[in-house]
Amino acid sequence: MKLSAQTKVIALLFSAGLFAGCSTTGENMEEGGYDSDVAPIDQDQGSTVYGGGDQDGISSSSMTEEERMEAQQQAEQEALRDITTFYFDFDTSEIKPEARDVLMAHARYLSNNPGQNVRLEGHGDERGSKEYNLAIGERRADAVQRFLIVNGASRGQMETISYGEEKPAVMGSSESAWAQNRRVELVFE
Amino acid sequence: MMQKRLFSLSRVLCYAMTLMFLAASSAQAELLIRVTEGADSAIPLSVVPFSESGSMPTGDKLSSIVQADLAMSGEFRTLPPEKMLSLPSKRSDVYFRDWRMLGQRYVLVGELTRNGDRVKARYELFDVNREERILGETATAPASNVRSLAHHVSDKVYEAITGVPGAFSTKLAYVTLERTNGQARYRLQVSDIDGKRARIRLESKEPIMSPAWSPDGKKLAYVSFETGKPAIYVHELHSGQRTKVADFPGLNSAPSWSLDGQSLLMTLSKDGNAEVYRMDLQTKNTEKLTNHWAIDTEAVWDSSGKGIFFTSDRSGGPQIYYMAKPGAEPRRITFGSRYNARPRPDSKGEYVYYVHQRDGAFLIARTNLKNDEETVLTRTQSDESPSVSPNGRMLIYATKHSGNSVLTVISADGGAAYSLPAAQGAVRDPAWGPIVQ
Repeated sequence: MKLSAQTKVIALLFSAGLFAGCSTTGENMEEGGYDSDVAPIDQDQGSTVYGGGDQDGISSSSMTEEERMEAQQQAEQEALRDITTFYFDFDTSEIKPEARDVLMAHARYLSNNPGQNVRLEGHGDERGSKEYNLAIGERRADAVQRFLIVNGASRGQMETISYGEEKPAVMGSSESAWAQNRRVELVFE
Repeated sequence: MMQKRLFSLSRVLCYAMTLMFLAASSAQAELLIRVTEGADSAIPLSVVPFSESGSMPTGDKLSSIVQADLAMSGEFRTLPPEKMLSLPSKRSDVYFRDWRMLGQRYVLVGELTRNGDRVKARYELFDVNREERILGETATAPASNVRSLAHHVSDKVYEAITGVPGAFSTKLAYVTLERTNGQARYRLQVSDIDGKRARIRLESKEPIMSPAWSPDGKKLAYVSFETGKPAIYVHELHSGQRTKVADFPGLNSAPSWSLDGQSLLMTLSKDGNAEVYRMDLQTKNTEKLTNHWAIDTEAVWDSSGKGIFFTSDRSGGPQIYYMAKPGAEPRRITFGSRYNARPRPDSKGEYVYYVHQRDGAFLIARTNLKNDEETVLTRTQSDESPSVSPNGRMLIYATKHSGNSVLTVISADGGAAYSLPAAQGAVRDPAWGPIVQ
């Protein structure tokens, strides 16, 4: 019993020490190790143990909360990052306000994952001159690239290409088709 | 800035010519032709079916090709043979009174003779009112090439009447695009100007754009995305040999040739944003000709080879600019609307043609370089890629018809038109080739 209790205490101490992970716990362990009186040790160490256990419990539950929030944040960021297409008005390369949060999520992700590369594909609608539209597509991709860099991504992770009006997302010659074709697509590789 | 539309109904009439792009499945893709509009100022002219001695190749008759060419120009109204009172083939058989009665200004007669593997054409053009012969020539060609012989006759007749060289023997480059099951098929093709004898020169799943003829008509420069990125290639048509000349990071686009064929103007963004460069084709050295944070692109030499037209959005939207010499301070040419792009000057230095936005529509307009007067030439909705014929009399451009891309040819003052739709898919990016002697 005694032995087993001692062993249990030591085991608890040990685990507490592990969780606490500091030199004071090591000293406690030494003290506990030298002490032959089981009861006070049991009490003292018990309280310490319980305290440690409590601390353990508290700290682990507080970490879970953090983790939960982090996970939630991460889920939110991931959900944001599901959006990889960004739209533009005719003959402009201005990033729309509603695109900012999503692009910031992408920038954070790229910043946290330096090995991750992304291709920024710029497009225009079918109207007007083909060659000018190529240049507009590039300017849109460049605008997104600048935004990502300002928000933490590095230039080396990104490659831009413009297809001009050659690769429409939607066929047809309506305002709605044109609006869906004036875009930059993020393609993760 | 003066502004007028050229489409008073009195100018535009009635007959229809359409070039159809047929079945892209075969390597040889034929085009058909149908007139859509002709000017009522068109000159009445009769092409009498040529008499023939010896066996002639099957297929189109020389005189029907000549008749189609002249009608296609929009400047002539040709009389169908069944309405002719006689079918003369030499001067002694031409009764001018008959032709006057039929309201004809000119009559072309002739005969074809087979000599071994060649065909000889002897032809005469008469001015009906003056009862005079204004052209009388012979020309020969291999029997397999009656079509070229016909275009040659058309050129001669056109020049004899208008004083301007004909452009019927020139070539047309264009890109067809077919999408099947989400798969794109781009084909760079070269055909006669009436769409016949089309040949595929390059086929790719990735975009092919902006074909541009070398001044000698032997090479095409173009942009191809075949490696996944845009690059500029020079393609020697006879040998099929291709050279990748520009493959810089970013844009490699809008190639156009210098008058001596030794260098290309092009748009590159290797130094930051879209700027106009000149590349020496021997050394491959590039020289930056514009320097502005705005987009500068679509550069092309003027007719003298001294100055350069290009598109820039430095004023806020795209406009046409002109540099009197490479690197000189650009002068803005267009002011008529907030979108003017893709300049193409004629060979005489009289006009510059471009894409022009007006009331939400994209049209083709031109500016008279002497008095800055701007004229809108087209009435369709989504017009782009204008290309002027080398004699300055006609203009080809890409537009939409029933939701599909087609090529349309109009006289350079907007008076007449025919179009070239694709049976399947789209035809776009036309480039009118030079007159080759």
